[in-house]
Amino acid sequence: MKQFWSFIRKEFLHVFRDRKTLIILFGMPVVQILIFGFALTNEIKNSRIMVLDAAHDIQSSRLISKIQASRYFQVTQIVHNEAEIQEGFRGGNVNIAIVFPLNFGHDLESGERPQLQVLADASDPNLATALTNYVSNITADYQREIQKINTPIPTIVPEIKMMYNPQLKGAPNFVPGVMALVLLLVCVMMTAVSIVREKETGTMEILLVSPFKPILVILSKTIPYLFVSLINVGSILLLSVLVLDLPIHGSLLLLLLESTLFIITCLILGIFISVKTQTMQAAMLISLMGMLLPTMLFSGFMFPIENMPKPLQIISNIIPSKWFYIIVKSIMIKGLGWEAIWKETLYLLGIAVFFFALGMKNFKIRLA
Amino acid sequence: MENNYSISVDKLTKKFGNFTAVDAISFDVNGGEIFGFLGANGAGKTTAMRMLCGLSIPSSGKATIAGFDVYKETEKIKRNIGYMSQKFSLYEDLTVAENIQFFGGIYGLDRKELRDKSAELIARLGMEKDAKKLVNSIPLGWKQKLAFSVAILHRPEIVFLDEPTGGVDPLTRRQFWDLIYQAADSGITAFVTTHYMDEAEYCNRISIMVDGKIEALDKPAALKNKYGVNSMNDVFQHLARGASRSDL
Repeated sequence: MKQFWSFIRKEFLHVFRDRKTLIILFGMPVVQILIFGFALTNEIKNSRIMVLDAAHDIQSSRLISKIQASRYFQVTQIVHNEAEIQEGFRGGNVNIAIVFPLNFGHDLESGERPQLQVLADASDPNLATALTNYVSNITADYQREIQKINTPIPTIVPEIKMMYNPQLKGAPNFVPGVMALVLLLVCVMMTAVSIVREKETGTMEILLVSPFKPILVILSKTIPYLFVSLINVGSILLLSVLVLDLPIHGSLLLLLLESTLFIITCLILGIFISVKTQTMQAAMLISLMGMLLPTMLFSGFMFPIENMPKPLQIISNIIPSKWFYIIVKSIMIKGLGWEAIWKETLYLLGIAVFFFALGMKNFKIRLA
Repeated sequence: MENNYSISVDKLTKKFGNFTAVDAISFDVNGGEIFGFLGANGAGKTTAMRMLCGLSIPSSGKATIAGFDVYKETEKIKRNIGYMSQKFSLYEDLTVAENIQFFGGIYGLDRKELRDKSAELIARLGMEKDAKKLVNSIPLGWKQKLAFSVAILHRPEIVFLDEPTGGVDPLTRRQFWDLIYQAADSGITAFVTTHYMDEAEYCNRISIMVDGKIEALDKPAALKNKYGVNSMNDVFQHLARGASRSDL
């Protein structure tokens, strides 16, 4: 036990002596949260819209000012023919255009299926879809308004409620994502690199000749990163509560326990990589390609898993970050408890146990 | 196998598939002896040494290290040996004092013992001013002396030195050997592999391995006599010429 302590002490010395890496380790989550929180946002505001108003009547001008009044759009150009619309899109200074036909107001008032043309720049398909939806919503709204004034026709008005995130903020989506990314990076890559470093410098040999148990060599290497990661979980949660106004709805204790489980899973993956590789470069490359990339692709943080082809959806199940992402979202955003996440926890635990067994098996083979 | 030898090896063999890396080597090393273990690259030195350190299980044959069996008592062997390799055995990003503390710690020295021994070690090497310096900032020769002193900090019965003086100048090498003599005088057996033939002359006895077998084993002077040459280098050349798997 005393030997174990001297080893852990040495590992902390390694970590804290390397100031540059230390700053990165603790600074990375802060910077990522701030960047995602304030710079990168998928909320659409003030999109530039072009209007061709051939109708020039009361109805069309009212609808235009309603669009202008919404925070999504900013009417930047009033054009007079189709050529100018083409010109506008080619110049890239507008995202969307609306064309009011000659008899727009007349058709609307007489109930003769008024038409409206909406053109969007679909070179960014997500943006185009979102913008056309906004336009449809605004026109539908407008229609309802004038119907109240004129003859009331019964229409179904769906009342939409955005559960858990009424303002459709981005933070509920990226905070769990950043947490998964940061923990993965620190635990998997740093652990793998620090174990492989001992192999590369030849000190591993000295350790294996010593009476210190090889399994303890590996375990004590993970302790500092467990510590660093728990601090990172704390700083991410603090930032999201204090700076991003994203409260933790569920149990903080449960969230911390689940985070610890994920950290341990990542440490095990780091050990597994270190057993399999001989150089620090290889360890780093495998951690990045084998862990970070799948996390970005398959955790559901950046791309919805539901939209992927079946085989990819199946692959996504072996990515630990996917389960952690779901767990954090459930606890933090939805305020759900253990009964909602036990299945995901089991998956995570299963992955951890599997790689632990595999890592230990390979480790023993290497020693013989 | 009861005996008073520090190291006792009898027909020790290691096979990797069809390849016999170490082919039935036998020798005994006395306590406090400096035993040179020579051989060209690929002759099987490293494999033999790994078996003696309890890092690799032999295919056949017998061996006891400090009286402990290499098959069954590897844990006890590890407690009773020190090891220093050609690559650095120290952590470059830790200070001199931290390195001493760490290695003392994993060999289970308690706090008081550790404090006394590290003070004594630093004083003996004359490194009082450098104790708080990072290892990567001290000269190569000093690192090696420090690494050796750390390897025998826990007073092992035997210290294994795997090409300990690679890359340093002859003067520093000479000083390094003074440390080995001091250790041997205090009763520690030194088992040394080296590429430098002048160092072979410093050993009490040497063995020369060729193609997995021990081709010669005696005092350096006796070997020179036997082959009628003037230097250990000539002895080595004479024996290694017949090797089929060296890269000389």
